Amino acid sequence: MRLGERIWHALDSRLNLQPLVQFAKEKSVPRHRHDWMYYFGGLTLFFFGVQVITGILLLLYYRPTAEAAFESVQFIMSRVPFGWLIRSIHSWSANLMIAAAFVHMFTVFFSGAYVKPRELTWWTGAALLLLALGFGFSGYLLPWNELAFFATRVGTDMVSKVPLVGDWLLKVLRGGEDVTGATLTRFFGIHVAILPMLTSLLILLHLALIQRQGMHEPQEKPPLPPRPFFPNFVLRELMVWLVGLAALAALAAFFPWELGKKADPFAPAPAGIKPEWYFLFMFETLKLLPAKIFGLDGEVVGLAAFTAGGLFWFLAPLWDRKRARGEKSLFALLVGWGVLLYILSFTALSYLGVFQ
Amino acid sequence: MSSHQRISRKSFLNWFLGTSLGATILATLYPIFRYVLPPEVAEAPTNRVLAGKLSELPPNTGKVFRFGAKPGILVRTPSGEVRAFSGICTHLNCTVQYRPDFQHIWCACHNGHYDLQGKNIQGPPPRPLEAYRVDIVGDEIYVTRGA
Repeated sequence: MRLGERIWHALDSRLNLQPLVQFAKEKSVPRHRHDWMYYFGGLTLFFFGVQVITGILLLLYYRPTAEAAFESVQFIMSRVPFGWLIRSIHSWSANLMIAAAFVHMFTVFFSGAYVKPRELTWWTGAALLLLALGFGFSGYLLPWNELAFFATRVGTDMVSKVPLVGDWLLKVLRGGEDVTGATLTRFFGIHVAILPMLTSLLILLHLALIQRQGMHEPQEKPPLPPRPFFPNFVLRELMVWLVGLAALAALAAFFPWELGKKADPFAPAPAGIKPEWYFLFMFETLKLLPAKIFGLDGEVVGLAAFTAGGLFWFLAPLWDRKRARGEKSLFALLVGWGVLLYILSFTALSYLGVFQ
Repeated sequence: MSSHQRISRKSFLNWFLGTSLGATILATLYPIFRYVLPPEVAEAPTNRVLAGKLSELPPNTGKVFRFGAKPGILVRTPSGEVRAFSGICTHLNCTVQYRPDFQHIWCACHNGHYDLQGKNIQGPPPRPLEAYRVDIVGDEIYVTRGA
């Protein structure tokens, strides 16, 4: 008997693994003309894996204090062999992960996959997207550069508009009244310990739910027989990951992520400052709002509207009764297209400089 | 006392263990809750600072200066007057700057504009900038809060 087989038999005789193999052999994925969308959740997971690996590597040299953070990233990028590549991959992969998550979310929304019995999968997915945005926001500050400093001042100040507990939340987030080295240390802890722990747990739950319920299928009966999960679907997913890796490597190598200028708490915010692309639609909307709306501060009304809109989107499984009954829903379709067009148009117009 | 109102040994134990568990959880969470909230750092209140020199601030320029832990902004108007305000935009907490081309104060973050009195005149800022008192002693510009 070969060594591999001997190890397998040794494990199988102790752990009874044969049923798992049988299960993997029988597992299948529906096949239809929209089945391309099944790959984006996996692609998001792939980029998360890249984040974990490159993040751990960055930890070897990064120092989370206001005095040393910027210099340590500079050191990673200029002195550590391949340091520029590791950091560039970490930054690009973060962006691609959020892009893949957005594509995944919209395909799930448009296919109506969130209705009963998959409400929990939708909600854990939405929570994962929020955690991903939290990763983006907290990680953005860590190089302690000018853009990051003001993005954090603005972003954390938004929290202070929450009724009753706003000021308290602001202090907890910033580690004091202002954005200082204390904020950097807190964001570091959040970025490398709290968020990874919560995200890993939620990913496990999200995957367990999908495993338990199987993939959502469109209403019309698929004309093709299902595709075996192993090896057919897995190999296809691996091909998608390979394309993701190629795109990531090309972006990281040809467009290395910049570091910018070190943060100076007593310098004015630089002209042309803007957040990461996935916050642009909110940023431009806040710029357009007048100082006062119905006697209230414009930004408070704007932030309340964003919160209400996000909650409405989150609660889709509860208000979308038609799709839950297996009918087509024009309202849900309009909501989906409205949100998608709003985000896409505001992001594109921002890049075109229309709001300058 | 009727029989169904009597507390059985089982329900008493359940109540006892339940409240003990609740108390244990509270006793664990409370220190964590307090630990997360940063302590108040006693800081000598700064009410008056040397913000800059007149000779370094020609007309139609501005300068961000350090007022305790917060930024302030000194402005020398095109007519040569020196004024000082809080440097923190009332919209979302960015640091403002003087724009010589606009001849007024501007915030880069969300395109907020303030006039030379610190009044919000355009864009999203909801309130004017807090104004400070300016004293000029020789070449030195002193700024006082609460004036």
